[in-house]
Amino acid sequence: MSDITPATAPTNFYREIAELMITCLNLEVAADDIGLDDPLYGDGLGLDSIDVLEVALVVSKRYGLQLRADSADNQHIFSSLRNLADHIAAHRTL
Amino acid sequence: MQAIPLLSHTHPDQTVAWRQNQSISARQFLADVAQLATRLPAGKHVLNMCSDRYHFTVGLAAAIVSGKISLLPPAHTAEMISQLKRYAPDVFCLCEQAQPSIALPHILYPTTPAPLTDAYTVPHIACEQRVAVVFTSGSTGTPQPHPKTWGFVINSVRAEAERLGLMCNEKITLIGTVPPQHMYGLESTVLMALHSGNALSDQQPFYPADICQAIAAVPAPRVLISSPVHLRALLDSELQLPPLTLLVSATAPLSTELAAALEARCQAPLLEIYGSTETGLIATRRTALTAEWQLLPGISLIAKGEQMHASSEHINPSIAMQDIIEPTGNSGFLLHGRTADMVNIAGKRNSLANLDHQLMGIPGVIDGAFYMPDETETDRVTRLAAFVVAPGLDAAQLLAALRERIDAVFLPRPLIFMDKLPRNQTGKLPRAALQNLYLNRSAA
Repeated sequence: MSDITPATAPTNFYREIAELMITCLNLEVAADDIGLDDPLYGDGLGLDSIDVLEVALVVSKRYGLQLRADSADNQHIFSSLRNLADHIAAHRTL
Repeated sequence: MQAIPLLSHTHPDQTVAWRQNQSISARQFLADVAQLATRLPAGKHVLNMCSDRYHFTVGLAAAIVSGKISLLPPAHTAEMISQLKRYAPDVFCLCEQAQPSIALPHILYPTTPAPLTDAYTVPHIACEQRVAVVFTSGSTGTPQPHPKTWGFVINSVRAEAERLGLMCNEKITLIGTVPPQHMYGLESTVLMALHSGNALSDQQPFYPADICQAIAAVPAPRVLISSPVHLRALLDSELQLPPLTLLVSATAPLSTELAAALEARCQAPLLEIYGSTETGLIATRRTALTAEWQLLPGISLIAKGEQMHASSEHINPSIAMQDIIEPTGNSGFLLHGRTADMVNIAGKRNSLANLDHQLMGIPGVIDGAFYMPDETETDRVTRLAAFVVAPGLDAAQLLAALRERIDAVFLPRPLIFMDKLPRNQTGKLPRAALQNLYLNRSAA
């Protein structure tokens, strides 16, 4: 599978994904408070693997895209809002 | 002195594991174990961090045949690693790639399989040999060690394999979504495969699509060993699952509805297993059909004060269970939640006393308390909240300090700063007072 760096998603799509994470995980932050390049894991938003599974499920339903851990860039995808949204924008089928 | 073979496979060509679509024979496994055993350093204690389940199994077996003890902590936080070092100063880490976050001497898993020899001798291990120490979080800030002998763990997994119907002549492959580094995964995905004549899959699939692929990658019959978190994601994903013979779930109770839906989807029975780090597996139930658990043969429950203890020839002295248990006769019982101090988040257990202890240990924290909200949705993960008095700290600083000390699943959401906590005249914090704070904050 060739994984070309996907085109950057439109700005409102970043907000859409931020809202989706907030709703899905009951996070007590505003969408604007999630920096585009802040880490989602650990010191940033503080997500863990249970959250990632939840987000992946909602993403698969809404955008028709199954996330896979064995794709080498899985760590990269969840490293920031920007990377997650770009990945979804590039691979969505819905 | 009684001894039990390292594995129950009687023929050198029998499959012990499936790795990258290839069968690994008992002969290859023993060669890999012998090769790694010669490379292990002198220390007597091993922290086995291998994520490939086959590598983990070889690492565990190599430690056992070398008389070394595998340490299995509940988390790999910086604080836990330093506690491990205090417990066993000679501990070293076995891993597949350098782990810069683990401040221990490392040895890397060999990159090439061991050459095969004609000789085939299965090592026998003395029943009383200590093979592992599994740690729980404890309630005082110091992890509690639970030493496991070879005889204890093998007796436990043989009883489990009998109960799950895996002691047949069919070659079954066990696929686990749970890590081998905790008691459930260690027993049910590693040692049970070695001692039921079956095979394990090297995979530890995470996303639903990964689970489907890991199942499809090994020949039928197949058993999926998992947890409510993964099983619910699998069901919700609506992906087409390859045929399974059996589903197994543990770590937290499943609802009857989810169990029935999974059985219908997979056309296979789902058995839940119940146990603890201290006791290993003690009971099972077919959740879609009954709420009642059935104890394994030889295990009994004894009431001691407020708590029920599990007892058997191997669980001796008896061990207190951290759940509220109602015996129903005929080796059956019902579970009614955890005892007040214990929390279980996605299968990770901790005590509120320990979490409070960790929170209060952070410089700048004057007072603080964790609070476990009532679980409103079954089969979904409920998170902890915490109330804290720490005028000099902000949320990011406090969370960073907590992350050093406790597993991420226990981090509070929300973390609420206060001027003071509603302690009563005796200095206690009644749960009702915390509940009040929590609910009022949600309404605000």
